[in-house]
Amino acid sequence: MEHVNWIHNIPFFSIFLAMFCGIITPLIKDGKTAHKVHALMVLIVAIMSAILLVNVTTTGESFTFMMGHFPAPWGNELRAGPLEAMMALIFSVVMLLTTTGGQEFIFHDVVPEKQSFYFIMLNALFGSMLALAYTNDIFTAYVFIEILTIASCALIMAKGTAQAMVGTTHYLVISLLGSGTILLGISILYSITGHLLFPQMKEAIVQLVATGQYTFPLLVVTGFVFIGLAIKSALFPFHSMLPGAYQAAVPTSSGVLSGLVLKSYIFLAIKLIYSVFSVDVMLQLKIIDILFVFGLAGMVMGSVYAMRETRMKRMLAYSSVAQIGYIYMGIGMSTRIAMVAACFHILAHAVTKSMLFLCCGQMVQDSGGKEQIYYLRGAARRNPVAGIGFTVGALSMVGVPLFVGFISKLYFATASVYAPGKMAAVLIVLGISMILNAMYFLPSVIAIWTPVKTEGEEQTRVSVSPAFGVCIILFVLINIALGVYYRPFIEVIERGIILLQ
Amino acid sequence: MKEEKSFWRKLNAWINGEEALIHADEYIARREQPKKRQWLKRPNMQEIKSNKGLYWFLCVLISIVFITIMLLVVSNLPTFGDPMDPANNEVMERYLEKGIEETGAINFVAGMILDYRAFDTFGESNVLFLAVICVLMLLKRDKKNISKAEDKEIAEDEMLDAADHKSILKVGAKYLSPLIILYGIYVILNGHLSPGGGFSGGSIIGAGLILYAAANGHKKMQTFFTFKTFTGISVACLLTYCACKSYSFFTGANHVGYAIPKGTPGNILSAGFILPLNICVGLIVAATMYGFYALFTKGDI
Repeated sequence: MEHVNWIHNIPFFSIFLAMFCGIITPLIKDGKTAHKVHALMVLIVAIMSAILLVNVTTTGESFTFMMGHFPAPWGNELRAGPLEAMMALIFSVVMLLTTTGGQEFIFHDVVPEKQSFYFIMLNALFGSMLALAYTNDIFTAYVFIEILTIASCALIMAKGTAQAMVGTTHYLVISLLGSGTILLGISILYSITGHLLFPQMKEAIVQLVATGQYTFPLLVVTGFVFIGLAIKSALFPFHSMLPGAYQAAVPTSSGVLSGLVLKSYIFLAIKLIYSVFSVDVMLQLKIIDILFVFGLAGMVMGSVYAMRETRMKRMLAYSSVAQIGYIYMGIGMSTRIAMVAACFHILAHAVTKSMLFLCCGQMVQDSGGKEQIYYLRGAARRNPVAGIGFTVGALSMVGVPLFVGFISKLYFATASVYAPGKMAAVLIVLGISMILNAMYFLPSVIAIWTPVKTEGEEQTRVSVSPAFGVCIILFVLINIALGVYYRPFIEVIERGIILLQ
Repeated sequence: MKEEKSFWRKLNAWINGEEALIHADEYIARREQPKKRQWLKRPNMQEIKSNKGLYWFLCVLISIVFITIMLLVVSNLPTFGDPMDPANNEVMERYLEKGIEETGAINFVAGMILDYRAFDTFGESNVLFLAVICVLMLLKRDKKNISKAEDKEIAEDEMLDAADHKSILKVGAKYLSPLIILYGIYVILNGHLSPGGGFSGGSIIGAGLILYAAANGHKKMQTFFTFKTFTGISVACLLTYCACKSYSFFTGANHVGYAIPKGTPGNILSAGFILPLNICVGLIVAATMYGFYALFTKGDI
């Protein structure tokens, strides 16, 4: 056994550990125990991912892991490099903090006998996100997209209210549209390339482009796959499922869905661009320009919709639409530095939006379940931890220096210089979008810190559960740490992207 | 002066998140009144009818665009069965030429899905499991989705069921369902030798169970198939699958000893892990099929 490279087994262990925990959770009847199992599993995965990240950054190489006895074109394969390890680490850290900080919401909103089902879904969701990050095979990616879809719908409907059912139905219909498009794309792609693994597909596609065969099917396939992924990750014209679903769901679910699930689809898209379709082919087919335009539109329209909202959760959902637009704009610029910015924005948005949803959920709960910003006035005074978390998150999303959101916007602006013909559009829209962001985030921050003066009624402090407090503080610290010591992360991402090509 | 005041008022109202800016006070007074929100409201037929023309036009337009694109794609795809197809490459060759030798299964499809690409199939069986858990979350009766009217309906249904003799169905099910289940077991056990396998055999067994349940009622079914049996079967099978495949992936990827004999191809006990995996998948599928039926009809397993 001494020649076993344990580090290379980490991706496989992480995915199977998460799935294993999902499978055994039905045996646990009690929601609290199920939560402990889930938290322990995510913690182990986080530690393993950190070890993997350190290892791959010091060696500076990526590796593939054969799933079974058969090598690449015949069997399944996983692939891990600095970028994948980093994504796995961030996914697990954010997952751990969100579910631990938001456990009270789950125990409060979900019926006791169904709480363990909720954790089955969380475990499966986490396993499939890891699988999407590590996969090197397009059909494996599709299978885990299916799991992710089912699990996200279950997380939304777990609350069991009529509103949650309506939100879930909407989410399900649009998600299935995306899955269908992706499946159609994958099957046509298989029939023109004859492979399912990324490296072999890339070779075949380069060959097809060079010989000029099957040009039209290739164009349609690329369109289908990327539009499908765009639908699933709620890029602007396909965003309509988000507000209803996030508003109705348990705040923990909203945080996980917005912060992580959308990101895993985008990360898959980035992997596909580099390891399957290759940037040159994407540019030649113009699909990447479509993503760029949709991204720009999303940045503005998401913010405009958010400004019109008076309910805080819906406002945050529309803000996610705008932030997804940022990421797609980075992908659309298609230079390496823009891609680095896009990947960094995935991290930034993951650590910020999950915190915002948790804080928002807590403040709404403290204010008697009313969601309008009008009723949330002074909520931060009642619950300072949630207030500070929300404020930091809002400032980070607006792009104030010292917070993580600033760094990604800085990198987007820098990247635009190297994107010929797209600089003006990027800079103008970036400016407009940042002003719009400030215009809807700052009023809500001011509102939560200014209590309504009513006579004879004292502002009561609400007791904060320790888990929530600790998690929000950790989120704030991570936010500031990423905003100050961003260099190493950028370097890791850059190294990872070079290795992907 | 007056204008400035109204400007500040507007700004203030906006900061506080009020929708109506000008008549804020009236609006708030109106909003304070409890409003009943009907989430499951019936669609406004008038509105739908007035937009019928537009919907019709858009449906046809979008369908025509997609049909044209798909037809163009299909006409440009490689001819089916052409030996020069991109899909007829070294992957297919090895599956067909070395499949029996490498997996021990005569049924190439079983060899492909349960050995060459077993990770995908692991994901697929998890999809089934999660789908059932999802339906359980949605339909299993709890204090949130129970109403008196529904209880009454169910009680009435049961009364009618008891009063109805259903002789033809009962006699039919008595003789047919054991045969159907037996056939399903045959399909599963021969999954590596002949067409079939876990997914198809499992759905046949599930059909047999559904027939039995439909004829003999929920109560009789519960004497041998309860919620506990269901979770037991699903969890045990998925765990076995998970364990077998973890062992196989771990040994395969790290090139350490793999001690599962492949047996003689063609025997019932051959093909390494494929037979136990087929049994696991079959049991999960059967439990899933019956689970869906029970949840959708009675809201409980």
